[in-house]
Amino acid sequence: MRDFTKSALFWLLAGLALLLGFNLLSDAAFLRITIHDGHLFGVPVDIFTQSSRTMLVALGMTLVIATGGVDLSVGSVVAISGAVCALVLGHGHNLAVTLAAAVGVGLTAGTVNGLLVARWQIQPIVATLILMVAGRGVAQLVSGGQVIIVAHAGFEYLANGFVLGLPVAPLLVAMLFGLTQLFLRRTAAGLFVQAVGDNETASRFAGLAAARVKALTYVFSGACAGLCGVMTAANIRAADANRAGENAELDAIFAVVVGGTALTGGRFSLLGTFLGALLIQTLTTTMYYRGVAPAVAPVPKALLIVAVSLLQSETFRGWLKERAAQLGWRRRTNRANPAPTPP
Amino acid sequence: MKRHLPLIATAAILATLFAAAALSYEGFASARVMVNLFADNAFLGIVAIGMTLVIFSGGIDLSVGAVIGFTSIFTATLVTGRGWHPALVWPLAILGGAALGAAMGTLIHAFRLPAFLITLAGMFLARGTGFWLNTESVGITHPWYAALANFALPLGGPIQVPAAALIFGAVALAGYVIAHHMRFGRTLLAIGGSEQSSVLMGLPVGRAKIAVYTLNGACAGLAGVVATIYTGSGNPSMGVGLELDAIAVVVIGGTILTGGRGHIVGTVLGLLIFGTIQAAILFDGRLSSWWMRIVVGALLLLFILLQRALLRRVQR
Repeated sequence: MRDFTKSALFWLLAGLALLLGFNLLSDAAFLRITIHDGHLFGVPVDIFTQSSRTMLVALGMTLVIATGGVDLSVGSVVAISGAVCALVLGHGHNLAVTLAAAVGVGLTAGTVNGLLVARWQIQPIVATLILMVAGRGVAQLVSGGQVIIVAHAGFEYLANGFVLGLPVAPLLVAMLFGLTQLFLRRTAAGLFVQAVGDNETASRFAGLAAARVKALTYVFSGACAGLCGVMTAANIRAADANRAGENAELDAIFAVVVGGTALTGGRFSLLGTFLGALLIQTLTTTMYYRGVAPAVAPVPKALLIVAVSLLQSETFRGWLKERAAQLGWRRRTNRANPAPTPP
Repeated sequence: MKRHLPLIATAAILATLFAAAALSYEGFASARVMVNLFADNAFLGIVAIGMTLVIFSGGIDLSVGAVIGFTSIFTATLVTGRGWHPALVWPLAILGGAALGAAMGTLIHAFRLPAFLITLAGMFLARGTGFWLNTESVGITHPWYAALANFALPLGGPIQVPAAALIFGAVALAGYVIAHHMRFGRTLLAIGGSEQSSVLMGLPVGRAKIAVYTLNGACAGLAGVVATIYTGSGNPSMGVGLELDAIAVVVIGGTILTGGRGHIVGTVLGLLIFGTIQAAILFDGRLSSWWMRIVVGALLLLFILLQRALLRRVQR
């Protein structure tokens, strides 16, 4: 139990509970879920649907960060894949081809990133910065600088449809999380990723193909971003090369860090990332619900990042403990008065 | 010679690009275009100089674009809305940027937090606060602004240097002196090379790290002020994505993103490369604006691979 209160999951759940409690106290309708035409409706459903895209990008990002890297290019990949999707659908191809094209875009981008990071040993921030800068230009090149409107029922269903009364997008994402978790924990893959993030040299000496593991996480992250591009375009029924995936990398990194995976790599938690994305979206939705202007919404987000990074920092924890000990020591001496026994 | 190879490569690429543009477009190789390379990119340049120093120390600052947005709307709100005098508002704006930088630097150093995350938080904070002041663009009408907008320092002949370019020149010069002729600059490079060794050498690592983020915050604040002069207005959404351009300019200038190696002159050359591509696309008229990003991305790739190759040779 003590271990649990120390874990990131505990803090995440506590944060979520706190937010929900606050919302329930101020407006009981916040958590109400109604059934319309056999579909679930309500704020909680919206939170899941809204956060599903961040979750998807964050899923790939978690593995990249677990190896000690970071993938800044995901936002641009979302834009390229959305533009490619719109073009492919526009040429009259079916949904399967479109999805394959989108994932293909992501895989290609991920392979480029992976090669730069693993083969040429370029610092991840720099390596993925290249595609982040150039990618949006490529997306605009693909779409001809225009917002391409997409009218395709099946396409739209991916983002806004319902299956058995539940929204499709979060279900798909949750399924992907489940599958990835199964793959990572039932095989040695998860261990490999963690080992590379903990100590790359040591894992290489232990006979692990560290470079390949690293490259593959970038490929996976690219594929996730490619899929997210489909969902983003499907959600607004258009491919907007300029705005699609804007700040996606920041939101995803944020979800991963809030979820308890450290930027330095090593131990990671997919469930944490899932809950982290959920927490951020709940915070955002709460602010909209309270009538806070959308433009001001970044401020509480900023405070949350600082709070979470401080809580995760060993130095800060040590400093806090010292402070607490000092205060407790003083109080005890005041009460008892006799000279304190030195520790 | 070997040490200055990245710088020489940057200069060569700038010369090639400029020559190509001058040959392709009539009137490109004129004094006016060259002055405008500085004037149109003055606030990007000011930010890039500060960013170079931060990157020297192995850090990064993602908040600069948002700080520009915040200080520009802050200045406009006080000057237009409250009728304050610019002479009072400008120092306040610069101080505001410096204060945010100092806070971020302190957090980064004292609690060993990743600069990437903390400056990301700073970015959200500055952008949110800017939009809280005003969500729309606010025009500035003040005699000082009118005077500055029309001001140009004649340099003989047809060459006239506007205020924004002059301010950038001053910042670049100050940056050069700080980076390459002062102890502070050397300390920054040492920290970027190896923080642990710097601590063991007795260098004031903590002070230098906090100071460099403070300085960069002040630069971003100044850039916001220059942006209000350049556009005659303040806008909370100004400078979106500018931090990326600034980092790109620094890297194209031959400074290594892991820190410990680089040159301010490179950053100025990098800015000129950036400006030349932009001006060439504008001159051409047929090329769409997105080619800018693709070319900058390609240049980034080229430089990073070049640095990689150079580093390998040095290590061998």
